[in-house]
Parts: sequence; C-alpha cells; structure tokens
Amino acid sequence: MTAQSPILEVKDLETQFHTQDGTVHAVNGVSFDLNSGEFLGVVGESGSGKSVTMMSLLRLIPMPPGKIVAGQAMFEGRDLLTLELEDLRTVRGGRIGFIFQDPLTSLNPVLTIGFQIMESLHIHTKLSDEKREARAIELLQLVGIPGAKKRLESYPHELSGGMRQRVMIAMSLACSPRVIIADEPTTALDVTIQAQIIEIIRDLREKLGTAVIWITHDLGVIAGLADRVLVMYGGLIVEEAPVGELYANPQHPYTEGLLGSIPRLDQKGMQLINIKGQPPSLYQKPDSCPFAPRCPYVFDRCREENPPLLEVKMGHSTACWWDMDNQRPRYGS
Amino acid sequence: MAQYVIRRILFAIPTLVVISLIIFAILDLAPGDPTSQLPLTLPAEVREQIRESLGFNDPFIIQWLKWMQLMFINEPLHIIDSIFNTCIGDCESRARIISWSSRAPAVDIIFQRLPQTLWVLGASFVLGILIAIPVGIISAYKQYSAFDNIGTFVTMIGYSAPTFFTGILAIIVFSVWLGWFPSFYDSTLVVNSWDTFLAHVKQMAMPVAVLTLFNTAALSRFTRASVLDNLNEDYVRTARSKGLGETMVVTTHVMRNSLIPVVTLIALQIPGIFAGAIITEQIFRINGLGALLITAIGQADVPMVQTLTFMFAFLIVVFNLIADVTYGILDPRIRYD
Ligand SMILES: Nc1ncnc2c1ncn2[C@@H]1O[C@H](COP(=O)(O)OP(=O)(O)O)[C@@H](O)[C@H]1O
Ligand SMILES: [Mg+2]
Repeated sequence: MTAQSPILEVKDLETQFHTQDGTVHAVNGVSFDLNSGEFLGVVGESGSGKSVTMMSLLRLIPMPPGKIVAGQAMFEGRDLLTLELEDLRTVRGGRIGFIFQDPLTSLNPVLTIGFQIMESLHIHTKLSDEKREARAIELLQLVGIPGAKKRLESYPHELSGGMRQRVMIAMSLACSPRVIIADEPTTALDVTIQAQIIEIIRDLREKLGTAVIWITHDLGVIAGLADRVLVMYGGLIVEEAPVGELYANPQHPYTEGLLGSIPRLDQKGMQLINIKGQPPSLYQKPDSCPFAPRCPYVFDRCREENPPLLEVKMGHSTACWWDMDNQRPRYGS
Repeated sequence: MAQYVIRRILFAIPTLVVISLIIFAILDLAPGDPTSQLPLTLPAEVREQIRESLGFNDPFIIQWLKWMQLMFINEPLHIIDSIFNTCIGDCESRARIISWSSRAPAVDIIFQRLPQTLWVLGASFVLGILIAIPVGIISAYKQYSAFDNIGTFVTMIGYSAPTFFTGILAIIVFSVWLGWFPSFYDSTLVVNSWDTFLAHVKQMAMPVAVLTLFNTAALSRFTRASVLDNLNEDYVRTARSKGLGETMVVTTHVMRNSLIPVVTLIALQIPGIFAGAIITEQIFRINGLGALLITAIGQADVPMVQTLTFMFAFLIVVFNLIADVTYGILDPRIRYD
C-alpha cells in the first residue's frame, strides 16, 4: 500500500458505562487511523469493545449509562467527539454509514423498506420525491435485490434475513458515504448468505471506493477481505498489522491464540479457537496486561505494567512485553 | 382483512346471544315482581292480570326468546327509524322493552340519560388521552428525570386512589371548604348563554377531573412502558445512525411502534369507562346511565337492568372487535389469513 492520508484518526478513545454494578471500562484508550478507501478489519472476542469503540465515534452508544470520557476522532478536519450534535447528524448516515449485526431488529418493523431508505436521502440531500424513489430503487438494485421497485413497499418481516441485510447495506450507502462501519454484518446470517453479503461488500467497495471498517470475531472472514487488521482485547487494541503479516507473523499471544496456538497458514478454514480462561473483568481500568491471566508467555512485568501499543516492525504494532520472534522479554526488561 | 372483519362480526352474534342468556338467567333468579312498586291496596286479581299482560308467567325460555326478539330486532329497528325518520314494518304498534317502574320504553330512557354520561365520560376520556400520551412519552424519553419522577408519583396516586375517595375529597375541598364548584351535577341546566355555559363547565369540572386523573394514570404508565420498550430497540439506533434528529426518531420511529398497543388499550377501555362512571355519577349526583342502573336495581326494574347490562356487554364485544381490527391496521406484521 502506498502512503495515504488517513480520513479518520482516532486518538486515545475511552468509553465507560456507569451501571448499578459499577463502572464498565469498555474502551480504554484506543487509537487508530483509517485511510481513505481502506478495508480495515477489527477482530476480537465478544465483549472486547469492538462495537462500543465504533459506535462511540458517532456517539451512538446509549448515554447514559455510556460516557465518552476521553479521546479525539478527527474526520474531515473535525473532531466527531466534540462536534455539535447538529453537525454530527450530517456525518451520521451522510458521510459515515453504519451496518448493524441483526438486520431484523435493526430495521423498523412497521415502516416500509422504501420509507427507511428514502428517509436518509430526505435528511441529507435535497432530491425531489421522484429522484429519491429512483435512487432508492437504484440502491436496491446495487445490492442485488430483485424486483426493486416492488420491494420499496415491503415491510422488513416480508424479506429473508439475507435480503434484510442487503437493505441495511443499501440504506447505509444511500448518501454515498466516505466510510462504512459494518458491525458483524454477517454474524446473524447463514453461511451461504454470509458469503453473498461479503461478496456484495467487496464489489461495492471496488465500485465506490468507500473505506470500510469491518467488525467480526471470525478471522476467516477478514483474511480475504481486509487490508489491515486491528485486534482488540479488553477494550484495547493489542495488535495492528497488514492482514498477511498478521496471519503469518502474529506478535501478540492473544492473536496467536485466535489463530490457533501455532499459526499454520496452509491450514484451511482458520477459525476462532477457544482460548483458555475468562475474558477480563472490565470493572477496573487495566493497570497490568489484561491478557496476562490467560497468557502462556506471562512473566513478572506483565502483571506490573500494561504494555503500550508500539510498532515492532514496519506497520506492525503490538502491545506485549514478550518478544515472540526471539522468545524473550522485549524492550530490554 | 374485510373477510376477517366479517368473520369476527359473525362470531360476535353467538357471543351476544350467550351473554343475553346469562344476563336473563341471572335476573330471572333474582327476586322481583313487576307489581312490587304498585300500591298495596291493589287487588290480587289486578296484580295477576298485570303479570299476565307483561308475560311474567310465561316459561323462562319463552320470556327469553320474546326479550331477544325485542332486543335484537325491535329496538334496533326503532333506533334506525328514529334516526332516519323512516317507518320500517309496523312501526306504530311495534312492541318495545318497557321499564317496569316508569312504564316507558327502556331504550328511550337510556337515550335521555346518555348525554349526561357522555359529556362527563367523553370529556374525561379525551382529556385523559391528550394528557396521558405526551406525559407517557416524555417520561419514558427522560426516564428518571424530575418530570418522570413527579409523573410517577402523581400517576401512582391517581391509579391507587379510587374515584369514590378522590371524588369525595374533591367535594370536601373544592365545594365545601372553598366553594369553587357545585357539589352535584344539575342535568336540567340548559346552556343558552355565557353564564349557563360557565355554570356547566363548573359543574363538569370536578367529576371530569376525578375521572381524568384515574384514566390518565393507567394510560400514561402504559404508554411510558411501551415507549421504554421501544427506545432500547436496535432500530432506534439505526434511525440515529442515519442522522435523524431526536424529534424525528421519537415521532416517526418510536411512537409509530409504541402507540400500537396504546391505541388498542384505549379501544378496550372505552366500555370500561361506562362501568367506572357508575361510581363517579353516584358521588356527584349525575343523572346519567350509572345512576339509572343503580336506581333500576334498587327498584327491581328487571327490563331496565337487562337492557343496560346488555348494552354494556354489547359495547365490550364491539370495542374488542375494533381493538383487534385497529391493531391489524397499525401493525403490518399481523396477518389475518
Ligand atoms: N449499554 C451498555 N451498558 C453497560 N455495559 C455495556 C453496554 N454496552 C456495552 N457494554 C459493555 O461494554 C463491553 C464491550 O462491549 P462491545 O463493544 O459490545 O463488545 P464487542 O467487542 O462484542 O462488540 C462489554 O463488556 C459490554 O458488557
Ligand atoms: Mg459487538
């Protein structure tokens, strides 16, 4: 990849939920960039803060109990986290589109597909009624929904799961956004439908040049799609690398665990295998490495200090005190 | 849809027949005699003749069938005739259900009393809806805010304090102590000037307020719960992610979903308010249907009680049907085949 200017720069994002049981530290200082047109994969076990991170960017988390405590998210020269709500709304759906996990619950059951697609156009564009309808039909065709014109009148429950997710995709594309954030868009679907949806996104991205952030817990999905991957654990990014590099040469024990303890790229169908132990409690802010209790390479320093995310090779960063390549502590400790 | 409605109406007929049988049977078991209100000096033969002429000595089943004919055929025809000024069949000599105590057709008396009841009930019901829905929506949207907490407190009082308590309290405070409102309702008042209009508003104020408090309490709680359910739904987040403002999110997305059960509840409550009015009318001395029913029971006026009870039952059946149909119209997920 040639050096590109990032269109989204996230710095030190921290999000907490103040619940009755205590403060949930869901995101604990996440920083990453997204280049224009880039396909960024985000992986991690469920509960690692992937959704909260991305939803925090557009302030879509429920507030309260949620609170964005710190951070910056620069997009087109403005900080999304401090932007006036009015201006943020022009970004939501206009410049950044969102696709959610469960297309059945994410679509309004009592409004027609057409209404829900055209609603975006209504807010963000000055198109006339006929033009809006024409655009909605065009979008439905783009995501491969047959009989698009008739479908405008349908309600979500009249479509299959895959068709509904296509509608969600069409909706997020309505105003030609620069970035699409897809939060596990295929998790709720059958495997064959999953493949179709992935194909559609891949096509659209080539056609439209939109940058995509694809959240998943399935490393197999990401392998063929992403340019770069972020690995999240306990509300932190623990590793970041170009996709081939990450698979060939994981630099964090957690990633290694995700890939199946010894990474073998020749092995087909890499899948998330269970890593022994519990995900970390998010009720305290991590002051040591959150992965330490489950880590096969753990040593004293891991329990004393939380390792920062640092670049260990060109474009490859990890947050780990252990040097996996040389099997010894990193940074001279 | 039309097919469903027709099927439901056809089902309603046997329901009403069974209801009428039950009402008839219960009242038949109750002690009562059409001549019991007549002077004791009346000779026994005359009494017997009166009984005979009213069909009181017929077997139960014959009495019921006769009454059914009056209730299901004659009375509806009469109502149609008087609305459209027509004369279907032998309209002059058509038999009617006659009140034992007043000797006038029961339905005519009911229609005389209806306006008083409708004024108070209708006003408090409409007012209740107009207050309850916005209050419920705002309470849910601003859950645990000062507004919500005050609303919770007031509705808790409104819901748990029965109208015979709040009504009497209102009379003591506003009529007896402060003298702002009359303590009873004058149904002979004719509104023909500003002053009489004001008097009418004044006499309606307390009963309407008492009933409204009660109606609003339940409905606003229900609205609040329904809106809360929907506010946490994924589609609300989707709506926000499209860039919709909060007003639009709440009005087009949340309300469109959460008001479906509310509308149904309102339809189901309409017959219930007639029943609720019995107590309120008693307290404020409103000469409406509730008072009519109580008096009729006191006088063992069996035809009147039968007619009123059956009308309440009829309203319940009709509004159940209306509730089901509106639900289907409002929620596209409901299918009728
Ligand atoms: N509304 C909420 N209230 C309290 N805690 C929340 C809420 N939403 C998310 N969390 C917590 O934040 C953490 C991260 O969640 P999430 O970002 O959804 O994980 P995932 O990586 O599976 O997308 C989880 O521990 C979750 O329990
Ligand atoms: Mg998630």
